[in-house]
Amino acid sequence: MKLESLVSSSATETSEPDREPVDPSACAPVVKAAANEAVIDSDPVGTVLSTRSATISYSGVPAVRDVDLDIERGAITAIIGPSGCGKSTLLRSFNRMNDFIGGATASGQILFEGHDVNAHDLDPVELRRRIGMVFQRPNPFPKTIYENVAWGPRMAGYTGDMAELVERSLSDAALWDEVKDKLKNPGHSLSGGQQQRLCIARALAMSPEVLLMDEPCSALDPIATGRIEELIESLKPRYTVVIVTHNMQQASRLSDITVFMYQGELIEVGPTKRIFTNPERQQTEDYVTGRFG
Amino acid sequence: MSDQTNTASTGLFTADSAKRHRRDRFFRRLARCATWFGVIMLAVLIGGILRDGAGSLSFAFLDSFPSRKPAIAGFKAAIWGSVWAVSLTAVLSMPVGIGAAVYLEEYAKKGRLLGLLDLLIANLAGVPSILYGMLGLIAFVRVFGMDELSFMGLSLPFGRSVIAGALTLTLLILPVIIISTREALRAVPSSLRQAAYGLGATQWQCVRHHVLPAAIPGMLTGVVLALSRALGETAPLIMIGALTYVAFIPETPYDPFTAMPIQIFNWASRPQAEFHHLAASGCIVLLVVLLGMNGVAVWLRNRAESRMP
Repeated sequence: MKLESLVSSSATETSEPDREPVDPSACAPVVKAAANEAVIDSDPVGTVLSTRSATISYSGVPAVRDVDLDIERGAITAIIGPSGCGKSTLLRSFNRMNDFIGGATASGQILFEGHDVNAHDLDPVELRRRIGMVFQRPNPFPKTIYENVAWGPRMAGYTGDMAELVERSLSDAALWDEVKDKLKNPGHSLSGGQQQRLCIARALAMSPEVLLMDEPCSALDPIATGRIEELIESLKPRYTVVIVTHNMQQASRLSDITVFMYQGELIEVGPTKRIFTNPERQQTEDYVTGRFG
Repeated sequence: MSDQTNTASTGLFTADSAKRHRRDRFFRRLARCATWFGVIMLAVLIGGILRDGAGSLSFAFLDSFPSRKPAIAGFKAAIWGSVWAVSLTAVLSMPVGIGAAVYLEEYAKKGRLLGLLDLLIANLAGVPSILYGMLGLIAFVRVFGMDELSFMGLSLPFGRSVIAGALTLTLLILPVIIISTREALRAVPSSLRQAAYGLGATQWQCVRHHVLPAAIPGMLTGVVLALSRALGETAPLIMIGALTYVAFIPETPYDPFTAMPIQIFNWASRPQAEFHHLAASGCIVLLVVLLGMNGVAVWLRNRAESRMP
């Protein structure tokens, strides 16, 4: 991949005064080097991810059809829609996790910082470091809590203070106080909600620019869900979050922008408040008012 | 439960309850008989071997070379020949088998070619072992009839040596190792791989740090079971010309050898009854080693299961 080009165009750390002091990635030498490059995209709000007539098919059967979407930097975007509407497929196409599904093909364009993620010279490994992902079911590694967070950065050649990075990531994921005395315990010894926060901490440790969340609360009870939602909200100024959810209350509570999908197509995008109170499309209204889905 | 209450409460459901239960009992007994058949046959086999062979089983038997005189004949050369052959087989088959399985399961692109390979490997696992013996004879013992050649400690062709036997056994158990290793890899939850890839790990990092550690107990179980099969194989070793009378222990991989099942076969085919007792003693030793290896496999599996999160 053209790593330099991908990094330089996105080196927004230096250009965003409100982001820099809090952005943990500023400490990572990997990113620091990038920050020295010429800054092309200095728009603090701009678009971080976008799709242009994106169609994603499994063995020729389209799951996502002709989607045009812009994901705004620093905002929380919720993708809602009934089961099987393609929202997870769309989410997974941003960091090319569909590569691991046999028969999955994409056409059209999916752009991250203006680069086509499906371009043959783009390295999906580096793409996934910069676009983190949290899955439906908590899936910590069968390792210690500390190792769960430290493994990713170590694999990416992190040369900073690992203990400090682990603490910061766990703090950012609102888990540090609960686990600081038992970092050597296995990740699986935690409760479901704690495990999911550990998975978020693990993703944050990679200093991603975008965090993709695929129904992160669907396996959790309401209290654990509430804590994850608070956590997601606390990430807002620093990270761009795209969250797929079945739970419309969650979408309306959390997100700034809501995307409604139905049968593989993007039906409506807009500020969350408007989507839930004054949708333009009949299908959206039917869905958000609970008439189907 | 009386038939009256049944007919009263079932209405349209007219099946004869007593008859259904009779049939149920019948098939339960049939299945139980099938199980006991196997158990009794095994007991008869082991009992027969113990009766014939326990008498001549002694430390001297384990520590003597074969002889024309049954009283002083022993199993030493066969035991050490088998140890040599199976150890070399383990060393040769594990990297190749596990490597191939990792490639097929983790890297290879799913498609028609992979499906064809699956089919071929599954069929190879069922090929009669004598065919592997013929292959070994041509490919390793004679190396396609090549002239003698020696360089850097390697001498070709291998001749009727331990290394030729081990290579043949390796080919024989490779499909079994590949299949069982792939099953162990497949049992690793995909959520673990997704977690690693989602963090921006390369495939090798993911396989090395997460998939292989999680699959190792299952893989070892398969390898041990495959090796215990190699230990009991006779036909391919006879085919490649393992000797039936060996009065020494192999010292290098190029030495000729014999193996436990071959020695047993040799003794059993002699007319004297004393040799038949020796054959039974050899069977006991072979069975003990096999049970030991299978025990290790079970232990590995149990340990893996108790460690699963």
